Amino acid sequence: MIGFFPLRKFVFPVIADCICPDVFKDKSLKEIRELQVWEGNKQKQLGQLFRIEEAKQETPTITIQGDVSKLRRIGARMTEGEILVNGNVGMHLGEEMKGGRITIHGNVGGWAGSMMKGGEIEICGSAGDYVGAPYRGSGEGMKGGRIIVHGNVGHEAGAFMKKGTIKIYGSAGQFIGFRMRDGTIYVENDCGPRAGACMVGGKIVVGGMLASVLPTFSIDSIKPRVKIEEEEALEEAMYLFLGDVAESGNGKLYVSKQRNPQLSCYEKFL
Amino acid sequence: MELLIKNGFVYDPLNSIDGEIMDLAIRDGKIVDRFNERRAEKIDASGMIVMPGGVDIHCHIAGAEVNTGRLLRPEDHFRDFEYKTAITRSGVGHSIPSTFTTGYRYSRMGYTTIMNPSMPPLEAKHTHEELNDTPMLDKATYPLLGDWWFVLEYLKNGSIDELARHVAWIMTSTKGYAIKIVNPGGLEAWGYGQNVHSLGDQIPNFCITPRDIIRGLCKVNKLLNLPHAIHVHTNNLGQPGNYATTLETMESVEDLVSENKPAIHITHCQFSAFKGEDWRTLESGAEEIANYVNCHSHVTMDMGQVIFADTTTMTADGPFQFDLHRLTGNKWVNHDVETETSAGIVPFRYRRKSYVHAIQWSIGLELALLVKDPWKIFLTTDHPNGGPFTNYPRIIAWLMSKEARKATMKRLNPRARSRSLLPSTSRELTFQDIAIMTRAGQAKTLGLDNKGHLGVGADADVAIYNVNPKTTDPSQQYKAVRKAFKHAAYTIKGGKLVVKQDRIVQQVNGSTIWLDLQTSEPAEINEDMKRRFREYWTVEYDNYPVSDHYIESSQPVTVRTRV
Repeated sequence: MIGFFPLRKFVFPVIADCICPDVFKDKSLKEIRELQVWEGNKQKQLGQLFRIEEAKQETPTITIQGDVSKLRRIGARMTEGEILVNGNVGMHLGEEMKGGRITIHGNVGGWAGSMMKGGEIEICGSAGDYVGAPYRGSGEGMKGGRIIVHGNVGHEAGAFMKKGTIKIYGSAGQFIGFRMRDGTIYVENDCGPRAGACMVGGKIVVGGMLASVLPTFSIDSIKPRVKIEEEEALEEAMYLFLGDVAESGNGKLYVSKQRNPQLSCYEKFL
Repeated sequence: MELLIKNGFVYDPLNSIDGEIMDLAIRDGKIVDRFNERRAEKIDASGMIVMPGGVDIHCHIAGAEVNTGRLLRPEDHFRDFEYKTAITRSGVGHSIPSTFTTGYRYSRMGYTTIMNPSMPPLEAKHTHEELNDTPMLDKATYPLLGDWWFVLEYLKNGSIDELARHVAWIMTSTKGYAIKIVNPGGLEAWGYGQNVHSLGDQIPNFCITPRDIIRGLCKVNKLLNLPHAIHVHTNNLGQPGNYATTLETMESVEDLVSENKPAIHITHCQFSAFKGEDWRTLESGAEEIANYVNCHSHVTMDMGQVIFADTTTMTADGPFQFDLHRLTGNKWVNHDVETETSAGIVPFRYRRKSYVHAIQWSIGLELALLVKDPWKIFLTTDHPNGGPFTNYPRIIAWLMSKEARKATMKRLNPRARSRSLLPSTSRELTFQDIAIMTRAGQAKTLGLDNKGHLGVGADADVAIYNVNPKTTDPSQQYKAVRKAFKHAAYTIKGGKLVVKQDRIVQQVNGSTIWLDLQTSEPAEINEDMKRRFREYWTVEYDNYPVSDHYIESSQPVTVRTRV
């Protein structure tokens, strides 16, 4: 295990895509200390920013102790190993990761698990906007893997998603599952407006309140039970909406019946 | 400053030099025959190929359309960026790089002259500002005149001489170089949500047809003695079965040929050579077009080769871009440039496994190989529509080596592979052919007398590639050829060494070439015309022309016209 202890509070963004088990493989501690990162517009060595120590235990592969909310792209493109952070981290966590596991005991900035292809990210705090969504302008969304957020998330979580699972145990912002094609998004609590806008496939499950459903969704039925993942299901009555009709989509939007009495007006169309 | 390039294998098709070992002397930006050996700086080019600097007849690199494309595609910049160095500026972009990066990348491939092919006259100032900021290259731009209201009106009235004077006025005031026609009539119809589908269709409100526009502007081209022929993007571009329209377009100006100069240039011909009823039955129409071009001397064209990559399509052909947007579901920009033209932008990814894309890839190469005379077809990707220009070396490898084509074919869509004509073509181009298709032929067609050759008096634009034609067999060692053309050993621009071993060593600003057309009497600009500028344009007549101070390094070409 390699432990990182920040030597000071960072003021400028640090592009730290080298903090990744794949990069550290077969490298001595000295070589790791000499890895180059950008801090603002200055190039620095990792050893100038962190006290880096090696411990005997095998897992997790990398730990970071302390607030590193200016650190971006931790674990980018990782394929194996495990990263544990006790503190907040910055944007682009686990960008394009293909395998392995990242656990964050703190909050995370935007684009967590952006363009992810596999592996698992667990965030014990809240996450920013664009969880699992691609970079601005791109349509290449999440293609696999799991993201679990125990706190809240910002807007556009799971935009352009193609596969994989996002589970949010807090509440979510606007435009969840924007233009998603496949995969599953589960929100245990409330969800902001415009859920599933332009979706053409996949599944969004809202266990809390969703103030209104977009007019381009049509009600299909009331289901007694919704499967979220293997061996995990929500045992309560759910409205099933299909859409987005504006995109000739066939996405499924499940909304809790009990928590959304304002949607009972849809029942007359059944 | 004097420069001496020693012992290179020189390929200079315009002067009939085919791979001879010779020395080249350069003084004050020109190729000279006498030099002072002691004082000259020497470049040892032994074992290397020396060619004139590359010329690109058709690449969208500047202007409102390109810039909107940049805005539309942040994800295109995200992965491809270049750091600032002591000499060069930083930049971003893969399919639509920023202006400086465009200049550097072209220069690192040995290109020195490029043509920006679509400039709405209204956006001329913007285009010239961006061209000013594109270093390392000489450049020119073609104004879009096929759907300009006044052109349509003069054609409707049948006054060709008056139209010629008007075109001369617009050409000089927008600092343009050639007449560009895009989907004639279709762009005007697009203003009403329509399109035209054949050369005989009526254009709304003008009672003329696309054929009238092409023939009319071809006559104007002749009256004005323009150095380049009309540069035509055909009707029905990108639609299955459009090869018939392309043949008809070429036939329509057959009788207007004079003095053995080409009368028409069909641009990015690959997109206009589709056969078949719909996308499922799409086939290559390259054979028919090549047969026609082989028998006629009034046509030149460029390939518009497709590269399997992520790119951005942008044309002035608004209706075509709309179809593309509906086909792909990708984001789309549509623009109607007042009374002049239209434009559209859609990001696009060409995939090997897609039947249509694989057929398109095949059509481009079939055209280049089936047209027997390399002076008639030039290497382009219609950057960025078929793929970024940085892929030219790959196309060179495909053209020079059957093996290279085979290697790519293996990974193509199997149905497309079985229908392609490429396996039956054993033709492999030589270095001389490549020199024609990438520089000499393009310069000749463009009427650039001092470019594209290395004779005495020519501009000292030279590209040196590190590949030995005596020891390298391009048909087998295509990877070495590709690498050499991708990373020029040296590029000399205007007599200055600008690239050394694929690195920029000096930044120079190329000049903007434009036509100063001298008519015997000026174009008639009456009060009615000014009134219409006031009513229908956002820019007044007096503010319309691009004044001389707009162009940082201006290189006017004076042409005496016949009107």
